[in-house]
Amino acid sequence: MDLVLLPDAATEAERAAVDAAVGSPGHERRDLLLPAFHAVMDAVGWISRGALSYVCDRLHVPPAEAYGVATFYALFSVTPRAPRTAHVCDDVGCAAFGGEDLCAALEERLGPPGSGEEVTWTRSPCLGLCERAPAVFLQRASPSAEDEGNPEATRALASSPHDDAPGGDHAQIAPATADTVLRALDGEDVDGPDPVVSTPQAGGPDLELLSRVGVVDPGDLDSYRAAGGYAGLRRALAVGSARVVDEITVASLTGRGGAAFPTGTKWAAVAGSPEPEKYLVCNADESEPGTFKDRVLMEADPFALVEAMTVAGIAVGARTGYLYVRGEYPAAERAILRAVAEARRHGYLGDDVMGSGRAFDLEVRRGAGAYICGEETALMNSLEGRRGEPRAKPPFPTVAGLFGKPTVINNVETLVNVLRIVAEGGPAFASIGSGRSTGTKLFCLSGVVARPGVYEVPMGTTLRELLELAGGVPPDLRAILLGGAAGSFVTPDQLDVPLTLEGTREIGATLGSGVVLCFDSTTDFAAVLRRIAGFFRDESCGQCVPCRVGTVRQEEALARIVRGREIGGRTIELQLLRDVDRVMTDASICGLGQTAASAVRSALALGLIGGS
Amino acid sequence: MTTVDLGTIRRLVSVTVDDVEHRAPEGATIMDVLDDAGADTPRLCQAPNLTPVNACRVCVVEVEGSRPLVPSCARKVEDGMVVRTDTERVAHSRKMVLELLASANDLSEAGDDVARWQIEYGADPERYGPPGPPAAAGERGNRHAGHHGIPDGETRATVAQPVTVDNDLYVRDYARCILCYKCVEACGTDAQNTFAIAVAGRGFDATISTEFAVPLPDSACVYCGNCIGVCPTGALKSVAEHERREAGTWDPEGETVTTTVCSFCGVGCSLELHVQDNTIVNVTSPSDHSVTHGHLCIKGRFGFQHVQNVASPGEH
Ligand SMILES: Cc1cc2nc3c(=O)[nH]c(=O)nc-3n(C[C@H](O)[C@H](O)[C@H](O)COP(=O)(O)O)c2cc1C
Ligand code: SF4
Ligand code: SF4
Ligand code: SF4
Ligand code: FES
Ligand code: FES
Repeated sequence: MDLVLLPDAATEAERAAVDAAVGSPGHERRDLLLPAFHAVMDAVGWISRGALSYVCDRLHVPPAEAYGVATFYALFSVTPRAPRTAHVCDDVGCAAFGGEDLCAALEERLGPPGSGEEVTWTRSPCLGLCERAPAVFLQRASPSAEDEGNPEATRALASSPHDDAPGGDHAQIAPATADTVLRALDGEDVDGPDPVVSTPQAGGPDLELLSRVGVVDPGDLDSYRAAGGYAGLRRALAVGSARVVDEITVASLTGRGGAAFPTGTKWAAVAGSPEPEKYLVCNADESEPGTFKDRVLMEADPFALVEAMTVAGIAVGARTGYLYVRGEYPAAERAILRAVAEARRHGYLGDDVMGSGRAFDLEVRRGAGAYICGEETALMNSLEGRRGEPRAKPPFPTVAGLFGKPTVINNVETLVNVLRIVAEGGPAFASIGSGRSTGTKLFCLSGVVARPGVYEVPMGTTLRELLELAGGVPPDLRAILLGGAAGSFVTPDQLDVPLTLEGTREIGATLGSGVVLCFDSTTDFAAVLRRIAGFFRDESCGQCVPCRVGTVRQEEALARIVRGREIGGRTIELQLLRDVDRVMTDASICGLGQTAASAVRSALALGLIGGS
Repeated sequence: MTTVDLGTIRRLVSVTVDDVEHRAPEGATIMDVLDDAGADTPRLCQAPNLTPVNACRVCVVEVEGSRPLVPSCARKVEDGMVVRTDTERVAHSRKMVLELLASANDLSEAGDDVARWQIEYGADPERYGPPGPPAAAGERGNRHAGHHGIPDGETRATVAQPVTVDNDLYVRDYARCILCYKCVEACGTDAQNTFAIAVAGRGFDATISTEFAVPLPDSACVYCGNCIGVCPTGALKSVAEHERREAGTWDPEGETVTTTVCSFCGVGCSLELHVQDNTIVNVTSPSDHSVTHGHLCIKGRFGFQHVQNVASPGEH
């Protein structure tokens, strides 16, 4: 196919950025589309016609399709935008906790969202920093890279999948004030939030997943080894892949990304596939509103994830693993890139992992602002350089996943559990908790709790016990959003629910991604629910009708109900909402549409909104 | 009991639909079985000459063992599969898909089948309130993923926007576009391999677009018109048809169709010349034709315009 490209030429800086990131493969490398766009964004702050054409030329991708990809992601801009942008969280965990005030202050100082040539601000969904609201993500093109006269500087700074330093000068601020945001927009260095502070149990007893948080130096392999690191991989290599897969199955480890699928089943399917080429993918796109556990794990204990991915990859017969990290997580990306480089340097990754003769290596890829890319098949499309649209299942990823090959995809927390299972054996892990809910589980506590943060408890701990750990059941507690925006609300009379898959299902709720977002009775639930409805409307990929149009109609009907402007009366509007809910739940392609009505449904049932 | 014949010899599997057993060859879709049994299964994004994208969800059925409903156009039959089409859940989802689309799109040229299904399933798009104001030209394509104005619910959002007329051969009336992906598939790997258009943007703001929404003459488009041939809603149509519709002289009842073989080259594409008032208004090819599968090139599709008027693509 001959590409027809627009005549616009790329600038020197744009070309240098793309060249540094992806080179000139000489054949189609659509999978490098996101790294190439990131490189352009990181260098000049937006993707011009010339830059897009240049990327298409390098990677042999038709420009209409590349444009379709670029416009799918919130962190990419195909129109000129200030090179330094503050993404301000106005989502449910931040809005009432300083987020809206911050938006107002920035609007006063910088003008409306998107205005401004050098610096600007925009609203954002949850940034995964909810325990320290209000949160801000700073997307800053590298200052020296803007200097078009100095392409060498650009080259040095531009991102590359193999570099151990990520591109751009991105940062997180939480809690943020208008002053800190403005200073950071002016280029001042900012200290990102310390993950140890967000782990109130850090250094304490009885921790497994969080045991090394605040104990090891996340940048130092020796420190990780001194804390027992790489004993798991050594043991896994010694006992062999079949045994590792068995242990995971016996442990009854269920996925921690939200869908709670048995991990052993997936691993066994891929390990047993005759296909010579297989992949392991780690889902680190954590974007479910209220969720921040994977960020803390990656920032504070990155070697654990790298080790766990190596165990998993070798066990299922993959030679390459991809780690897809959320674009708004620069600190996590930095920590992981550093850990991967260190591990590679010391023979823990590469052609001969720990002298075993087995080959396994990792590629880190950065997401670009799309909640839907956390859905496993959308994530694979995104890795392949396509729009993050979920695929039809079947075929399931274990049969035809990344690049059409058998693929295991697991959440960060799921994978980190693997180390313990390998060390202690499956039965020991299975003895904690009950039923399908085994091992320990991370929960993300935020909102009106005394000590917000990530907590690790054995499965089966009650919601009340969990709240006690965080400083007690909040006075005046009105409702808890359990499981995220895709989850549902529970009320103070349900605090004795055991936090297991089975226990939560019994009360019509879900563990989801471990979100425990607490609201007191001063909460404006109408605003909360409208934000959730708006979230799903924004994040729908647009592929299927029930979700693409249904999320719009849900948001509109909710607006009418909370404004007292019902068409034909309350009963009729509630019926309309129920009708939209049912088609989204029944007929949407993926979990986004299938759960887009869940929080609204539960809020209505509990009378949190819609009372008159 | 019915048997679906797909032409080649394949193992037969047994499928139960609404308590009736059918035998179908492995590889057939549930829709193949339903069609063969004479059921009137609604469909929008499915076409016999395109890879299923199962995006519209209007064809959903219940399959035992699956919590969500299943798109019959894409799901292949399996031995022992138990399918239901006669349930309230199926009817509800089909109705809602038709209703939601009608609430956002102009379906007035989507054909008799769609009009019939709207009535049959009881779609009531008006219950979402009056339509909001149409977007200005180009406005929908400029929305940024992840951001939208917060609605007050007084009106319902639609995709209404002006018709894009940027070349002499065909127009793009995206107020009618239901994002069925058919044109993208026809322009891409399913037929044309030109990739001039793709889906851009996200969610409700997604559009079919060239890169940076440049006019077609600046894009890779070669005016094969295969996108027009597959568009189910009248979003894509020849300038000849568009102008007649605008002028109120479009006359489908008075249309005659003449079948011929294209004489521009030696491939032998079968053409259907649609003639109104002694003028060729459209050229199509049957989707089951062994050479074309419904797809043509600029000469077959628009050669008549070179004969009838003088402009060539890009001159306007
Ligand atoms: C809309 C949507 C968003 C999701 N986001 C995430 C995510 O951010 N992280 C994650 O691990 N899983 C997410 N999932 C679940 C994944 O599809 C998949 O189940 C998971 O990555 C599998 O890993 P696990 O079995 O280890 O949980 C999401 C699912 C849906 C439907
Ligand atoms: S349910 Fe929503 S997010 Fe999922 S495929 Fe459909 S439109 Fe996309
Ligand atoms: S006319 Fe042909 S080349 Fe042009 S957009 Fe349509 S299918 Fe693609
Ligand atoms: S223009 Fe027509 S064929 Fe293309 S997506 Fe829209 S409705 Fe479908
Ligand atoms: S960071 Fe704001 S809600 Fe999560
Ligand atoms: S016709 Fe089956 S999903 Fe569209």
